[in-house]
Amino acid sequence: MPEQLLYAMEVTLNGLMAGVMYSLVALGFVLIFKASGVFNYAQGVLALFAALTLVGLKNGQIPFAHVINAIFGTDLHTFGWKLPALLAILLAAGVMVLLAVIIEKLVLKHLVSQAPIILFMATIGLAYFLEGLGDVMWGADIKKLDVGLPQGISETIETLTDRWFGYGFFIDNLDIVATLVAVVLVASLTIFSQYSKQGRALRAVADDHQAALSVGISLRFIWVLVWSIAGFVALVAGIMWGTKSGVQFSLSLIALKALPVLMLGGFTSIPGAIVGGLIIGVGEKLFEFSIGPMVGGATENWFAYVLALLFLVFRPQGLFGEKIIERV
Amino acid sequence: MPVSHAEEGYVTADGRQIGGTLMELKNITLRFGGVVAIKDISFDIRDGEIRAIIGPNGAGKSSMLNVISGFYVPTEGDVYFKKVKRGPMKPYEVARLGIARTFQNIALFDGMSVLDNIMTGRLTMMKSGLLSQALWYGAAAREEYAHREKVERIIDFLEIQNIRKTPVGRLPYGLKKRVELARALAAEPKLLLLDEPMAGMNVEEKEDMSRFILDLNDEFSTTICLIEHDMGVVMDLSDRVVVMDYGRKIGDGTPDEVRNNQDVIDAYLGVAHD
Repeated sequence: MPEQLLYAMEVTLNGLMAGVMYSLVALGFVLIFKASGVFNYAQGVLALFAALTLVGLKNGQIPFAHVINAIFGTDLHTFGWKLPALLAILLAAGVMVLLAVIIEKLVLKHLVSQAPIILFMATIGLAYFLEGLGDVMWGADIKKLDVGLPQGISETIETLTDRWFGYGFFIDNLDIVATLVAVVLVASLTIFSQYSKQGRALRAVADDHQAALSVGISLRFIWVLVWSIAGFVALVAGIMWGTKSGVQFSLSLIALKALPVLMLGGFTSIPGAIVGGLIIGVGEKLFEFSIGPMVGGATENWFAYVLALLFLVFRPQGLFGEKIIERV
Repeated sequence: MPVSHAEEGYVTADGRQIGGTLMELKNITLRFGGVVAIKDISFDIRDGEIRAIIGPNGAGKSSMLNVISGFYVPTEGDVYFKKVKRGPMKPYEVARLGIARTFQNIALFDGMSVLDNIMTGRLTMMKSGLLSQALWYGAAAREEYAHREKVERIIDFLEIQNIRKTPVGRLPYGLKKRVELARALAAEPKLLLLDEPMAGMNVEEKEDMSRFILDLNDEFSTTICLIEHDMGVVMDLSDRVVVMDYGRKIGDGTPDEVRNNQDVIDAYLGVAHD
């Protein structure tokens, strides 16, 4: 096989893997959008907060240590223990559920039957609040996250492809894990929302609050449920991104990368989030590989958004989104 | 003008047996700030009857229905359902008691098909929870099948077989009203509340809807409480009528009794002040 083609194949594979990482973030958005018709601006921050909490718990960090030290003049930093990764993940998931309950109690409960734009504004507020809370609770420094996921170039794939094609592909182990996790996550979420009683209730709540109430659906239960799941998905995304590039506050900006993914896949489709992510991941990498050198590179910064814009013109509901129906 | 029927029920002119009290509203008052929407109203709904609430615009009819369905909590007064006093309840809790409703401005799930919309009516009856659905697929599937069967019967009954897969957002107004009724029926309600089921319909659609209301009362012996503007329709359909005006009750009785009530005539036709 020609060298160029092999190289393009490797780029495509890497693009697919990068796309999975985008999809993981986009999934959280889709879940909340499906259940409340709201674009949850705070989803990225949720991932950051989850990752911060996980690192904090794992390293036995004392929450609010800075504040406590400033008030009482103490010099506290850690409890002096380290939790096993699995326990820390479970605890962090618990914290995300607790957070969902609090968000419902303090914010969503008071906004029943309000226009989506009001709820959207509320999530913007929530995003900044959570970012601040994460800072005060766990500190603003960049933290290393290691929950024992394999990292680095996969040697098996390198040797295998070298034997087959005479050219070794460089694939990151972490990306492979992320792909497997994403597949499991998407499969279970799709089954949940399509076939379960709660899934049907969730779609009903998204459509009409009054009508949902009148058939006996508790809005509050559904909201807590959805935000818990979104929090869990955020935790998964936080683990993957945090392991890849460290837990830092720029993590909340991955939300912006999820936007074009959602426009492509459709805001209401779980498989759409995956396919959208893959298309963006591959498109981005291939574009950079083929066109990038001609225009001076750095196309990855804007390619996804241009693609999303094109989609808005030709298929505004995205690839898998619900068709917008309106009788005139 | 109170109606004196024996507590054990009565027999209507067309020979249907009406049972005891299903729902009783005692001295209901509803205020929004300084505005009094409902003022000290009491009436009851008997098992198996078609009860209508009528009155001019702004009389407080919809507010009354919202009190019954739990969307509003009355400022004063008590609501009894099956002789049990009902505390302040959320609308979804009321729905789970077996009180289903439709809305004046239609509240359907536009993105879902007609079938899915009607299936949501059975959500509260579905037993299998999240975990059992995941672990025991067979039982969940069997349950879904049983619910589907019930829903198909309702679809047949309301003659909407040909649109069952259509997204509700595409349907014309009259059919939407029918789908909303179907969803309420799917819950197999003890009490069915209809908020202006015939508003905005043409004569033919009104006749269809009247037929459905009479038939479902007859076949499923569903108790119905409805609000309607159209006096002609109400008088033909209902067994007993409550008349409201400016938040007060000005009449209560059989259609004939109400028709000859001077207060009702004044409210509807206006009265000369001199």
